[in-house]
Amino acid sequence: MPKLTINGLEVEVEAGTSILQAAEQLGIEIPRFCYHDKLTVPANCRMCLVEVEGGPPKPAASCAMACGDGMVVQTESEMVKKARKGVMEMLLINHPLDCPICDQGGECDLQDQAVAYGFDRSRFEENKRAMPDKELGPLVKTIMTRCINCTRCVRFAEEIAGTPVLGQFHRGEDAEIGTFIEQLVETELSGNLIDICPVGALTSKPYAFGARSWELKKTESIDVHDAVGSNIRVDSRGREVMRVLPRLHEDVNEEWISDRTRFSYDGLNKARLDRPYIRNEDSGKLEEASWDEALAFIAEKTKGVKGENIAALAGDLCDLESMVALKDLMEGLGSPNMDCRIDGGRFDASVRRGYIFGSGIAGIEEADAILLVGTNPRMEATMVNARIRKAWLEKRIPIALIGEAADLTYPYEHVGAGPDDLVKLAKDYAKKVKAEKPMIIAGAGVFAREDGEAIHAALYEAAEQLGCVKEGWNGFNVLHNAASRVGALDIGFVPQSGGKGFHDIIAGTKDGSVEVLYLLGADEFDAKEAIGWQSFVVYQGHHGDHGAQRADVILPGSAYTEKDGTYVNTEGRAQLGKKAVAPPGQAREDWKIIRAISERLGHVLPYDTLIQLRERIKTDWPHIADIDVLRASHWESFGVKGKFLSEPFRSPVTHYYLTNAICRASETMAACTESFVTEESKVLEAAE
Amino acid sequence: MLNDEDRIFTNLYGWEDFGLAAAKKRGDWDGTKAIIKKGREWIIEEMKASGLRGRGGAGFPTGMKWSFMPKESDGRPHYLVINADESEPGTCKDREILRHDPHKLIEGALIAGFAMGAHAAYIYIRGEFYNEGSNLWKAVHEAYDAGLLGKNAAGSGWDFDVIIHRGAGAYICGEETALIESLEGKKGQPRNKPPFPAMAGLYSCPTTVNNVETIAVAPTILRRGAGWFAGLGLNEKNAGTKLFCISGHVEQPCNVEEEMGISLKELIEKHCGGVRGGWENLKAVIPGGSSTPMLPKDVCDSIPMDFDNLREAGSGLGTAGVIVMDKDTDLIYAICRLSQFYMHESCGQCTPCREGTGWLWRVMRRMVAGNATVEEIDMLWDVTKEIEGHTICALGDAAAWPIQGLIRHFRDEMEVRIMEYRKAAA
Repeated sequence: MPKLTINGLEVEVEAGTSILQAAEQLGIEIPRFCYHDKLTVPANCRMCLVEVEGGPPKPAASCAMACGDGMVVQTESEMVKKARKGVMEMLLINHPLDCPICDQGGECDLQDQAVAYGFDRSRFEENKRAMPDKELGPLVKTIMTRCINCTRCVRFAEEIAGTPVLGQFHRGEDAEIGTFIEQLVETELSGNLIDICPVGALTSKPYAFGARSWELKKTESIDVHDAVGSNIRVDSRGREVMRVLPRLHEDVNEEWISDRTRFSYDGLNKARLDRPYIRNEDSGKLEEASWDEALAFIAEKTKGVKGENIAALAGDLCDLESMVALKDLMEGLGSPNMDCRIDGGRFDASVRRGYIFGSGIAGIEEADAILLVGTNPRMEATMVNARIRKAWLEKRIPIALIGEAADLTYPYEHVGAGPDDLVKLAKDYAKKVKAEKPMIIAGAGVFAREDGEAIHAALYEAAEQLGCVKEGWNGFNVLHNAASRVGALDIGFVPQSGGKGFHDIIAGTKDGSVEVLYLLGADEFDAKEAIGWQSFVVYQGHHGDHGAQRADVILPGSAYTEKDGTYVNTEGRAQLGKKAVAPPGQAREDWKIIRAISERLGHVLPYDTLIQLRERIKTDWPHIADIDVLRASHWESFGVKGKFLSEPFRSPVTHYYLTNAICRASETMAACTESFVTEESKVLEAAE
Repeated sequence: MLNDEDRIFTNLYGWEDFGLAAAKKRGDWDGTKAIIKKGREWIIEEMKASGLRGRGGAGFPTGMKWSFMPKESDGRPHYLVINADESEPGTCKDREILRHDPHKLIEGALIAGFAMGAHAAYIYIRGEFYNEGSNLWKAVHEAYDAGLLGKNAAGSGWDFDVIIHRGAGAYICGEETALIESLEGKKGQPRNKPPFPAMAGLYSCPTTVNNVETIAVAPTILRRGAGWFAGLGLNEKNAGTKLFCISGHVEQPCNVEEEMGISLKELIEKHCGGVRGGWENLKAVIPGGSSTPMLPKDVCDSIPMDFDNLREAGSGLGTAGVIVMDKDTDLIYAICRLSQFYMHESCGQCTPCREGTGWLWRVMRRMVAGNATVEEIDMLWDVTKEIEGHTICALGDAAAWPIQGLIRHFRDEMEVRIMEYRKAAA
């Protein structure tokens, strides 16, 4: 452990720590542009120069210089200041002074450092250099003249995203960042290029010229586009979400988010349900109604319906509170028919360990062998995929896949396609696995088939045989793809004893055994097609999507940016989403709507405030009432042994940019589909 | 003046064949096995004792550099990389070795490789050296055919391969770590140091990068003894012989092997037929390749050509590429042209060099015309100081030094140019 002195302060650091990191430990900030703690170190911006006494008589790049025992470092000496001023001047001579029209303005590293180290005027009398802009797709806008060639984007694309298409071309002052040969950056992480760019060279295309960063209200929240629960910051102005940015959470999303998370926000303003609707029984058309009319209509329609003939389904984007309220209401009405697995999943929801991502997302980095079962993590949970790539990059761990082959950004062995291959592999390698921390990651899609319960049991067997769960290691993981799912399973939003599950409820709408169906944001199945016409359907949600098309009454709810809500991610980690903007028109927070209905139906829910509702959650399910804590769950057998179907596993996410109602309403996501998916399939078709 | 019997490069001018038979007649490959049999330690100690300093420009003691290689391999192979990417304007010494005396280099590679535990040497040859590369290629194959390379090279019991790699014409690939990057198939951009190549070089294995001349003189030193080599030259720190390349305004530009520390005047007068128009017509000399600052005539009158004396005079021996400029020379234009060269060859990786070299050239271009202010001369000096010492590799320094040399010694000329321009404009 080297001990060194920085600015007269002594610090002891781990071997291999750079001077810059050591200074950070002391709270001394060293300016930098190219250095990023999640990327390799090129030391090319030369902004972090410091003076190392006793070394050569020139400053050293602190980001690349490892701490040595007895080093004496000065970060604010005359030599250092002079060097940094020089570097700053060099950075600025060819940088356009277009800060007033630059979207990076106000949150630009170059701007900030120029205040500290810049001159008040330029000595550069020559013409400035201009660079042609690059076309990187519908998400990332380029103004390459602003580029300072720090190569953060190049390293991000190569290291984190695993799509090495960016590079620095040419030499000297002609050096420029681009793609070879002119192509789009096809990664679900491309939005992060915008964040890591220290200047305004890479900015957000949808956000372009939309707002200045300092006029936005910043709300720390949780993403709902997948089951990762990425920590985000929602920037809003008035009642409009202007952009979504990642927030640092080392155990979940580190400091990245996927493009769906970042760019689908324009869907929040489109196709919104902003007032209640009632379907006219004669014309079959939806007509605007007041809240009072809508609630009265529901009360009238459910009057005299027996509890067992009422059912509820909860969708992918629901917050925990509204689902608890709905469950309580159903129990009050005497209905055991409810389900949250609207993807058609069949699995044992009684053992928590059987449906959560047991190792935690950060646990992937500890694994020394990974078996992916029926999942395409790149599409289903981009951040989990990035973590697997990180683990592979650091330790080159062996990775195997049973399921559909796809480009996952890291090499893997494709060892099978269906459940039989899983059983065979587990048998072949039983007790022979050399890895100390083997891991299984099963996609939720493997359960969305008739043999789901049997596959669940087979996964338990496989985990046992391959030694995935043992003392000190928890290597059995289920990767969900819906933000609401684990929370719903935790509170038991599944058929109660004698109740109907998803498939039976759908069947019941046709045979008359389900007279009233309550859809809480359930948009992920074709409701119009699936639900029989004899049932009375209430849809509560925020977008005019699949559920609303079939509804007899529409109750306008709130999207995730418009309400306070708890979301339990695939790890079983409860996190708080915060209200950033008001819901549109007459839309209301979801749990309040259910509370209002309960009053009309004569089963008043015993809570009037969100705090009371959360207290209620705490009483029954204390393990999810603690925010941002992972609780260990008991490992015991789950699933029901049975026969397998012969068909192979399929990933549930077929259209990455169109997975939920918000994405489907988003123009940006549509543009992405056109650029990244349609174009590609066109090319493939042409090739065939 | 160096005695003929003390010359190492006896076929510098290509008067004899470069092939193996002729090379053997000149004494190459004589007792190579015996030298290797004396062991690694002996070779390194002998090299240290000879006082040989790297001939690529920086002048780092060669024996010490070899001794930095790990004594025992940790499982990674060791590599010797020979820098034949000679691109410094004014320098053409390696070219002569490659085309007229390649066996000296190949024998040196074997001995040096053995001394650092390397079983392979990569020779990175400048892309423009097409014929030189062909000669070297022929010589390497001759050596393989004669059993001097390959398994049990020269009967020494040491397996040794030599691989020739042609560059693609980038000056920066002569920087040792950029050269390694280029060898690995990447864009030639210098790496940060530390780690130094001896710890993690080519393919992250222990590597030593040496100049062609450094390696080529090693066999002769070891054959004739460190004492012989150390006895030549000015003093023990500036020992031995050195290839000088004299170009510019001399009667007969030439390459010549001379004793280290020979006076500049003697070098020019004896070997090049003197300065065009006589010694008094001399204006300035760039003593060590284009990157070293120029020296005015009064310094040239007495300066000995070695590492330390030239450094004291504010310049450097560099590659010993002497560029002589007489009084007809437009020094400002000459340096402007060098600025353009460094701008063109900057790799673009780190900020001061990427942005600064273009700035320097543009200001210099105005200085040539005189379209500038006197204050801008100070600014120019300031800008060179902002580049110097702040970059990853020495190219930034190399771009800064020629201009510093110009301002240091010929500022008055720049001021006169500005005044004249103003007068003409008015």
